[in-house]
Amino acid sequence: MKESEGWFRDVEPGDLEGARAAITDGRADEPRDWPVAAVETGFAADTEEYYDALHGATLAATRAAVAEREAADDRRLIHMVRAMDDCRRLSNELAERLAEWGSSVDEGGTGVEYARTVVAGESGPADPAVRSLADRVVDLADEADRLEDDVERLAASVTPNLAALAGPVLAARLCSLAGGLETLAKKPSGTVQVLGAEDALFAHLRGQATSPKHGVIYTHDAVRGTRPEDRGSAARALAGKLSIAARIDHYSGDRRPELEADLAERIETIQARAGDGPEGDGHE
Amino acid sequence: MSETLPEGVERREIDGRKRLATRGEAVYGEPTDGEWRAWDPDRSKLGAMIELGMDVGLSGGDRVLYLGAASGTTVSHVADFAGPTYAVEFAARPARDLLSVADSRPRLFPLLKDARKPETYAHVVEAGLDAVVQDVATRGQARVARLNRRFLADDGRLLLSVKARSEDVTRGPEAVFEEVLEELEEEYEVLERSRLDDYHDDHLGVVASPR
Repeated sequence: MKESEGWFRDVEPGDLEGARAAITDGRADEPRDWPVAAVETGFAADTEEYYDALHGATLAATRAAVAEREAADDRRLIHMVRAMDDCRRLSNELAERLAEWGSSVDEGGTGVEYARTVVAGESGPADPAVRSLADRVVDLADEADRLEDDVERLAASVTPNLAALAGPVLAARLCSLAGGLETLAKKPSGTVQVLGAEDALFAHLRGQATSPKHGVIYTHDAVRGTRPEDRGSAARALAGKLSIAARIDHYSGDRRPELEADLAERIETIQARAGDGPEGDGHE
Repeated sequence: MSETLPEGVERREIDGRKRLATRGEAVYGEPTDGEWRAWDPDRSKLGAMIELGMDVGLSGGDRVLYLGAASGTTVSHVADFAGPTYAVEFAARPARDLLSVADSRPRLFPLLKDARKPETYAHVVEAGLDAVVQDVATRGQARVARLNRRFLADDGRLLLSVKARSEDVTRGPEAVFEEVLEELEEEYEVLERSRLDDYHDDHLGVVASPR
């Protein structure tokens, strides 16, 4: 059946929700001169009135569709980075098992790289069970790599500022730990600082340990590249900028390249303390 | 050759040099002179085509379908001088910026749709348009142009920017362009073509009319 009805056919003038649904879900095989058709059917008094209604309807429809799609992308990013971590962890665990098994026969090797040499027939026993296990290890490692590519692409679109500042994988992990970009954006930066260090945080709250200085953001160069006594400061500065980036990504979405320069400057100041002697306070 | 800019597009002195400009609310921090705002050919393929003197056949007040509107940089200028302008964008993130561009332009209609599926917006976009502007960074750019031919008037214009790298990163741009043009010519007559490299690497600007 050929469909050729305009979006306004079953929409009462002034029914914005109906208009939104018609724009989003409707379809037609061929376009027609809709402004004229709308006037003919009495939807609008003239084409100017039609265009005014169309403007309101397309804005409402696109605004709602954007919000819905962004929420879906957000969920997808979280599943993706979790699946990537699972694949990576499983392939490493199985690679260990494989190396143990394989090296009881020859000089052996370690990790996924060893599994690749077994698959290529360059090492390992001829036992088909060992070769099959090596196939699984390599498949899982390749799947993790593919997922990482996907995470990089999606993170750059879902959370562009956070991905630019933290790197796409860490950005995705932060969203995953917080339960979503929106919840991440609403967390205070002190919480962002220790996301992923929940065990240490609860030990601290039970009075059994000092407070953790950092969680998963430890993997960021700004923290790892700072000497241990200044890592708390670096982690706090980094978490502050990451929180701002997450909020911009959630609430406005425009790119703010100046955030990266701000962070670099802040970290440089903290790292410069190392040059000021044991009690140096930096030069702020 | 005497240049015919669309009505509502002028070359004006802004920031010390002659630049293309349109009249409208500034959207991306572009330099302005009163109500005129500079149209930067480095940020806009259509801007580059006009800057290079291609005859895009727009006269001002035109009815336009813009495919690949992204965050609305170029389409904001189009809506400034054109008439009703339909802006199709597939990605949610840039479409959010497009919304704020459309907020202040009552004849700019944003649509979160896939340009490869015109049946999902043919119930909204009217037939008989004066121009289809296409700037989609996806494989199958000629196919997108063919699929959207249904919106054009017989004497309408397709203003296409072909991105070589979107089709095939492994082959040279010229080979890619030839292949895209060959497919395009099944339904369009190519009136003019020009490399946009002064402003956009490995892009080809094409003006065509429906056969």
